[in-house]
Amino acid sequence: MKSQILDIIRNLKPEFTIDETTQLVEGGYLDSFDIVSLVVELEAAFDIKISGIKIRPENFKNIDAIIRLIKESK
Amino acid sequence: MLFHFSDKAITGVLSVIPKEDHLFEDELSNYNFPEKQSLKLKKVMGYNKHAYVSGNTTASDLAIYGLEHLISEKLLNADEIDALIFVTQTPDYFIPPTSSIVHQALSLRQDVYCLDINQGCAGYVIGLIEAFSLLNQPHINKVVLINSDVLSRKVSRQDRNSFPLIGDACGITIAEKKKTGDTFGISRSDGSRNAGLKIPAGGMKIPYSSQTGEMKADESGNIRSLEHLVMDGTAVFNFVLTDVSPLINDLLKFANFDKEEIDYFLFHQPNKFLLQKLADELAVPYDKMPGNIVENFGNSSGASIPVNITFNLPDKNQSPLKVCFAGFGVGLTWSAMIADIKNLDFCTIIRY
Repeated sequence: MKSQILDIIRNLKPEFTIDETTQLVEGGYLDSFDIVSLVVELEAAFDIKISGIKIRPENFKNIDAIIRLIKESK
Repeated sequence: MLFHFSDKAITGVLSVIPKEDHLFEDELSNYNFPEKQSLKLKKVMGYNKHAYVSGNTTASDLAIYGLEHLISEKLLNADEIDALIFVTQTPDYFIPPTSSIVHQALSLRQDVYCLDINQGCAGYVIGLIEAFSLLNQPHINKVVLINSDVLSRKVSRQDRNSFPLIGDACGITIAEKKKTGDTFGISRSDGSRNAGLKIPAGGMKIPYSSQTGEMKADESGNIRSLEHLVMDGTAVFNFVLTDVSPLINDLLKFANFDKEEIDYFLFHQPNKFLLQKLADELAVPYDKMPGNIVENFGNSSGASIPVNITFNLPDKNQSPLKVCFAGFGVGLTWSAMIADIKNLDFCTIIRY
């Protein structure tokens, strides 16, 4: 799951070097519009529906947070 | 705040939309972003085409054009207008009120009550609450509610987060005393989040200067000046996704209706993504909550609900419909109303 998420984010933001320790929101790699695009990609890749109330920056702060969000959304 | 009205009805809705349609693809080169990334966003947000004014066209120009159309088509008698409410964030002037400009153009009676309201995306419901409140007066029988904005003139064309979805439009709604069902409203405000949507310069706090006009790139790469609209995307998205559905649920409870009894949820149109998430949150089918206004006309702030009504309900206006309106945005303000719509005298779109 981790590598699949990294691939999605790298594809979304190819201009940055992103790894599993990158602070995605705090580091300025993802803004609110990137998060929206990421939600749509994650929903399609993992066949999930992410609830609107969970689309908050803290749930996208790093790869571990995104993995938790995906598991909660299954 | 909760509101309850009896025997007040919407009797006609007209939308006036600029005739120039602009395609997102044609504007891609304006933005400081890779094309592939912008095109991905197009699909998600519903960016497609949007209509906005050219030159110095004002909010009152759209409104006067629409009102003259209604008068010439004998759908509105100017002598019967008792009150005129003009809701806008883009007035013609600081002074006088834009309602006065319309009053002059239509040569309205001197005892017509004129009022401007500075409101945005919640402005349709706020305007209806004011209109229905005025109709409680014995001498006021017909109110013209105008929601008109030309916000494209205050959004940087190099701001990819805001400009692709901006649309200009005017909604003209006639509200009258009429034997009908009860109408229920709700409105909330949170001024502590007012920075979420803001035009920082041009008022008394930060007057225009050579500095306020300087174009600068933000952290994401959008280029704008202090004289342009700036949206804190994170704050606004969080607001819509967390505060709107409880508002609707509280209104349904107050009005004692189940969701299934509502024929249409005609909401303000921020973008396709947020509307679908709202529909999911409320467990409302997408076909009962149309989200097709941004992709066809753009988000026209307070006029987006009248545009939604006239675009999605034109052939159904003779059948009684129970609808839920909701607007949410600048302020921050979020408001909703449950009303019956039936036998409208008109429900159509004209192009300016």
